[in-house]
Amino acid sequence: MSAPSSPLGSVARWGLNLFAVGVMMYLFMPIFWIVGFSFNEPKGKFNFVWQNTTLDNWREPFKDEALTDALLTSLKIASISTLIATVLGSLIALALARYSFKGNAFLDFVLVLPLTTPEIVIGSSLATLFLDQNVTRGFSTVVIAHVMFQISFVALTVRARVRGFDWTLEQAAQDLGASPMRTFWKVTFPLILPGILAASLLSFALSLDDFIITLFNAGSVSTFPLFVNASFKNSFSPQINVLATIVLLASVALMASGTLVSRAKSRRSTR
Amino acid sequence: MTISELTPNPVNSRDESTEPTRRSFDPERLGLGLLLLTGALLVVVGTGMVTGVLATLALALTLGTVVALIGAAILGGPEVRRKIAPYGLLKPGMLWLALFYLAPLVTLLRNSLSTLPSRFAVKADFDWNFGNYSTAFTDFGGQFQRGFGYAAVATVLTIFLGYPLAYVIAFRGGKYRGLLLGLIIIPFFTSYLIRTIAWQSLLADTGPIPSVLNDLGFQPILNALGIMDGDKILNTPAAVIGGLTYNFLPFMALPIYVSLEKINLNLVDAAKDLYSGSVRAFCKVIFPLSLPGLFAGTLLTFIPASGDFVNQQYLGNPNTSVIGQSIQNQFLVQNNLPVASAMSFVLMMIITVFVIIYSRFFGTDDLA
Repeated sequence: MSAPSSPLGSVARWGLNLFAVGVMMYLFMPIFWIVGFSFNEPKGKFNFVWQNTTLDNWREPFKDEALTDALLTSLKIASISTLIATVLGSLIALALARYSFKGNAFLDFVLVLPLTTPEIVIGSSLATLFLDQNVTRGFSTVVIAHVMFQISFVALTVRARVRGFDWTLEQAAQDLGASPMRTFWKVTFPLILPGILAASLLSFALSLDDFIITLFNAGSVSTFPLFVNASFKNSFSPQINVLATIVLLASVALMASGTLVSRAKSRRSTR
Repeated sequence: MTISELTPNPVNSRDESTEPTRRSFDPERLGLGLLLLTGALLVVVGTGMVTGVLATLALALTLGTVVALIGAAILGGPEVRRKIAPYGLLKPGMLWLALFYLAPLVTLLRNSLSTLPSRFAVKADFDWNFGNYSTAFTDFGGQFQRGFGYAAVATVLTIFLGYPLAYVIAFRGGKYRGLLLGLIIIPFFTSYLIRTIAWQSLLADTGPIPSVLNDLGFQPILNALGIMDGDKILNTPAAVIGGLTYNFLPFMALPIYVSLEKINLNLVDAAKDLYSGSVRAFCKVIFPLSLPGLFAGTLLTFIPASGDFVNQQYLGNPNTSVIGQSIQNQFLVQNNLPVASAMSFVLMMIITVFVIIYSRFFGTDDLA
């Protein structure tokens, strides 16, 4: 855009930039608190008041066994549900993006519904289903619930990514004598893979962080968010902050490496 | 520069790229019919509306159609395969949604019309008990109002904070746009619950934020505005709204960014060449083109915020209780399944009506 013409314009410009920086700091304020308190040496059971700086919590990140178990349960649930949802959701995305057929708009609507339903409704309604059917709520019911909202998320994200692809490439491959299977693995799959990976990463994060739906369907199983919720009243150990920081760092590293890889790839292909 | 480059894309341009394949595709009513039939059968079986022999029959029919579809794909030629392919691809995921999204809504409705035989009964008996709905409205009307009210205020605040943020990143981020966008997402990767607990400590009476505000002398102003209660922020409606705003800000900023990024800057330059000032160029060109993102952001913020109870639980007080919390409390603590179901169903209906009206006007494409 053109340079600001008046001093007033430049003040407004910098004002807006400053405002954006302020919003960014607002977004990060609790993150700093969480990371900072992982270095605190709390008095008593609750890690809410700053006492002394210590590295002890980081020397024993898995000291709180129940907490570690809860985190492992969460990771297990997220892995299984993401795997199922990625496959089912990608198939739906492929069908919606690749083919035009009757009922396309209707199915679109069905897909959006779970994402536009408040979590509390999804959680409570699933719980009534399990109660009515005498299903004991536990690990597998949580997986079922997570897969449900992840399917919609994966399908819509992948579809948005693959929209506008040149599907005639598939025909080109088949015209050149490739079998349908070979066409899929050599042409279609590489085209949609980046979208699928991005969608599955984000839906993994959604599952890991889900609290409300899980609360209704977990039975006696404790996930990381459920454990943290219970800790708020019983004892809030600094290990919660340590593990939250580790999850944060791992996610950032994963995201950054994903970006770097795709950047390196596009550089290679343009060269 | 040609005229066509200058012509703005119509705001509702979602249909132009959806049909890369041939338009002359035969309408396959059969495929959709089978999909809907098996979905409906699964819902019927899942909700337990039919039992015993009928349920087995319905399950057998579902399995039969799936097997028949696979058989047709294997035996039929490539032509048949191409026609039923989309339904084959859709089937597993859609059936999962039928069984674990639609069927639960039916059981929710049935539970909302039931009566608990005794105070500690696990299951309620279905007897068209509409009284649960009047209880939901009379006893929890305030919670409904507060839930939607807080969500509405928070949504407006996220627009106020998120739009400038998205604007600065999209138009002034330069080569750092990707990085800045990543920064918005990073808070997502810490548990929602822990972030809210962090706000609880930040806003606590002995926490850093109230003491800074008091030291700076903002207390009288904030009291007058009704944001602070004396020297307290925690346990006020303002804290709940602040928490909601914080937690859903990225859901607003990201869709707005996506639609801002798509804007062809030539259009803005053209407007300026035609002597429109920056403000006018923004109002006439940039803002209208960013509306799809704004609308998507509004849905993505308002809907989860209206059912949320985590912010209220950690940042509010009993007088600020919202509908999400009442549902949770009646369902999991009081074991009052029918009333909880009724409230849940009403919440769902209000949101659905809202979404239908909304998507009529703006479509749902920008949600993903």
